[in-house]
Amino acid sequence: MLVFLIRRLAQSAIVIAVMSVLVFAGIFAIGNPIDVLISPEADEIERAAAIARLGLDRPMHEQFLSFAGNALSGDLGTSFVHGVPAIGLVLERFPATLELALLAMIIAVVIGIPLGIWAGLKPDSAAGRIIMAGSILGFSLPTFWVGMLLIMAFAVSLGWLPASGRGATVDVFGVPFSFLTLNGLKHMFLPALNLALFKVSLVIRLARAGTREVALQDYVRFARAKGLSPARIVGVHILKNIMIPVVTVLGLEFGSVIAFSVVTESVFAWPGMGKLLIDSILLLDRPVVVAYLLVTVLLFIVINLVVDLLYSLLDPRIRLGGAKA
Amino acid sequence: MKQQTTILAGALAALLLGGHAFAAELRIGTAAEPSSLDPHYHNLTPNNTVRRHIFESLVDQDAKQRLIPALAESWRAVDDKTWEFKLRKGVKFHDGSEFTAQDFVYTLCRIPNVANSPSSFTLYTKGVDAVETPDPYTIIVKTAAPYPLLPVEMTTFGIISAKAAGGEKVTFDKAGCKADSWPATQAFNDGTLTIGTGPFKLAEYRKGERIVLDRNPDYWGTKPEWDKVTFRPITSDGPRMAALLAGDVDLVDEPPLQDLERLRKDPKVSVVETLSNRVVYLALDQAEPTPTIKGTDGKNPLRDIRVREALSLAIDREAIVKRIMNNTAEPAAQLLAPGLFGTNPDLKVKSDQKKAKELLTAAGYPNGFELTIGTPNDRYINDEKIAQAVAQMYSRIGIKTQVDAATVNVFFSRRNKGEFSVYLAGWSAATGEASSPLKSLVATRIKEKGFGPTNYTSYSNPKLDELLTKALATVDDAAREKLLAETMKVAMEDYAVLPLHYEVTSWAMRKGLSYEPRADQYTLAASIRSAK
Repeated sequence: MLVFLIRRLAQSAIVIAVMSVLVFAGIFAIGNPIDVLISPEADEIERAAAIARLGLDRPMHEQFLSFAGNALSGDLGTSFVHGVPAIGLVLERFPATLELALLAMIIAVVIGIPLGIWAGLKPDSAAGRIIMAGSILGFSLPTFWVGMLLIMAFAVSLGWLPASGRGATVDVFGVPFSFLTLNGLKHMFLPALNLALFKVSLVIRLARAGTREVALQDYVRFARAKGLSPARIVGVHILKNIMIPVVTVLGLEFGSVIAFSVVTESVFAWPGMGKLLIDSILLLDRPVVVAYLLVTVLLFIVINLVVDLLYSLLDPRIRLGGAKA
Repeated sequence: MKQQTTILAGALAALLLGGHAFAAELRIGTAAEPSSLDPHYHNLTPNNTVRRHIFESLVDQDAKQRLIPALAESWRAVDDKTWEFKLRKGVKFHDGSEFTAQDFVYTLCRIPNVANSPSSFTLYTKGVDAVETPDPYTIIVKTAAPYPLLPVEMTTFGIISAKAAGGEKVTFDKAGCKADSWPATQAFNDGTLTIGTGPFKLAEYRKGERIVLDRNPDYWGTKPEWDKVTFRPITSDGPRMAALLAGDVDLVDEPPLQDLERLRKDPKVSVVETLSNRVVYLALDQAEPTPTIKGTDGKNPLRDIRVREALSLAIDREAIVKRIMNNTAEPAAQLLAPGLFGTNPDLKVKSDQKKAKELLTAAGYPNGFELTIGTPNDRYINDEKIAQAVAQMYSRIGIKTQVDAATVNVFFSRRNKGEFSVYLAGWSAATGEASSPLKSLVATRIKEKGFGPTNYTSYSNPKLDELLTKALATVDDAAREKLLAETMKVAMEDYAVLPLHYEVTSWAMRKGLSYEPRADQYTLAASIRSAK
């Protein structure tokens, strides 16, 4: 177990180092942030002064070395655009994204697993077919379009839910969350549903495929022969055995929902991290982009670790040894 | 889906009316968000918009960008190099302290000392050579040379409280003021120093989410109608319109062009619009060799005035405005909309493809040449489509034209490196008068004079430079206006750049609100009124 963890951490450090070099060079290649940031009225003297203030007058390797040095001591630099520490900007947006992603995942699991199992148990029934057809829609409809449609239907025409924004928040240990207020939940529902749509379809398909396979296994037949109730067979024997692929995929999806739910965040003007990333890339705000991706990489590492630990809980046959990680 | 909106909007009536009977609260959906609440950190329209609610300047501009008194009640040129500002008495900062000349001095001192500022306001303070404050309500500003734009430049930056920042003793020094430390940008974001004299106070700032302002009950001027104003950044066009139609916000800026027609017909929404101070233009490279022209044996045809005139005549500006801009723009014959200070009422543009062809032949290009136009594709309204239209018009007179479009950060970096022979861009005259585009776009690039910072075409016309230099040293308004109009004529008759059209700025709001549309594109809550 310890070997496993150490190996994981070492791998992560390499990933982070490689990624920061790539991002740094990539953004450097796109252009000079000053061209986007400075007022066009500024004359050449002003321009030179601004470039010097942001440290952009130094050659790239020098900029990178000083960045890397500061980063090792925990300082990821100051945002070119906002003039405040980059890591602070990213973490400030984190709670909004996290709660949205969590709600989306809950919706995906609560809707997706029962529907998937149903479709798997009765693949030829009308309900099974409708569920599968619906999941195709969930896969193929573009997120921004569905988002706009949800807004038009529930906000503009019915007026039940707000069109966008975050709504009221409550501070928990100084961190603002909106899932604790009714107003906040109302604001969260549509974007979370929009985010969840794709995951629901994914979970349905995984659960269905798993169920069809597991339902034919000997131990299920045996359980049936023993006279166990259908509820227990499905709820324990089938459910537990279809969870491994579902947990794997959900783990990966959870990471990407947190890191890259840019489209939904833009459509619903949700003040999360995804929007910050896009804005920062457009304005070539290098410190923020690097800080953001570092946080993302860390997040993925943690999630993958949790997924691996969950495996061993779900399937006692899996051992987290040093041999295969 | 768009047609659906119109139908759905009808169902909103009750909702829109119902939601606003009680609270004097105004919610504004904005297309862009300020990068900071520090009034001196970043010279950017969204920042300046919010700044104008909290921090006031000495002089202000009305909706047509004419100067009006603000913290200074009056001002005059004592002589060519001396300006006197008489300050308003009894003006209080949000913390209750009184506004005096020292606050101005401190502001002037702080502007060059903002750490990490990506676009500084020193641009507007460097004309100041020395400041005297004979009494707390009088400011004498000395300039090194005649500086007629001083009052205009005083509109651009907000005055912060010297007392709140501990700067009561700071004195102005052109070489750099002395203070133990200067306030950090963060102190304005978290509210510690967000203390101005403006009609609103900062109540809450959540980056990416909202800025909430409360009415300043002690405001010296007309008190705004709203107890509370919320700015919400909704950067995507569709969602911003949906928020308006759903009644989530009361007013939005920059409604998308394609929705305007429908919004104007919508009985629940009103739209106001005005000609903005922005012109969209084509810049023509004068360097030789030039990067994106082929088939001329290395020569740059754009150096020939006949070719430049042909390129102007070949453009059907009326068609661009009608077909691409949905009539929400006006064909441009100069670099600033007529009516604004220093423009020339006599300038006209024509479209004449036959003559254009003749001129090309006369210049020695009967078969034209190959040209690539650079353009951003997400900066100005329909920018890439306009460039495509121009390319077709040029192809008709025999110039095989292609369009090279890129997103802003890529386009401006490439443009600034001189990678285009012809490029499309826009210019907003922040000062609202003609010297701004003339000085930046067509004056010869001279670093020491601050001329031509956005002249990326190596265009140089000594006559134009001379006239402009003279205009910029003429303190008398009438004489300067005449000189600027003349400079404009020289630039346009030489086809220094080709203006295409003036953009129109619009706002959409729920019925029952009114707003006087502003040429400078600011959305100011204090000027938004409900019809009584």
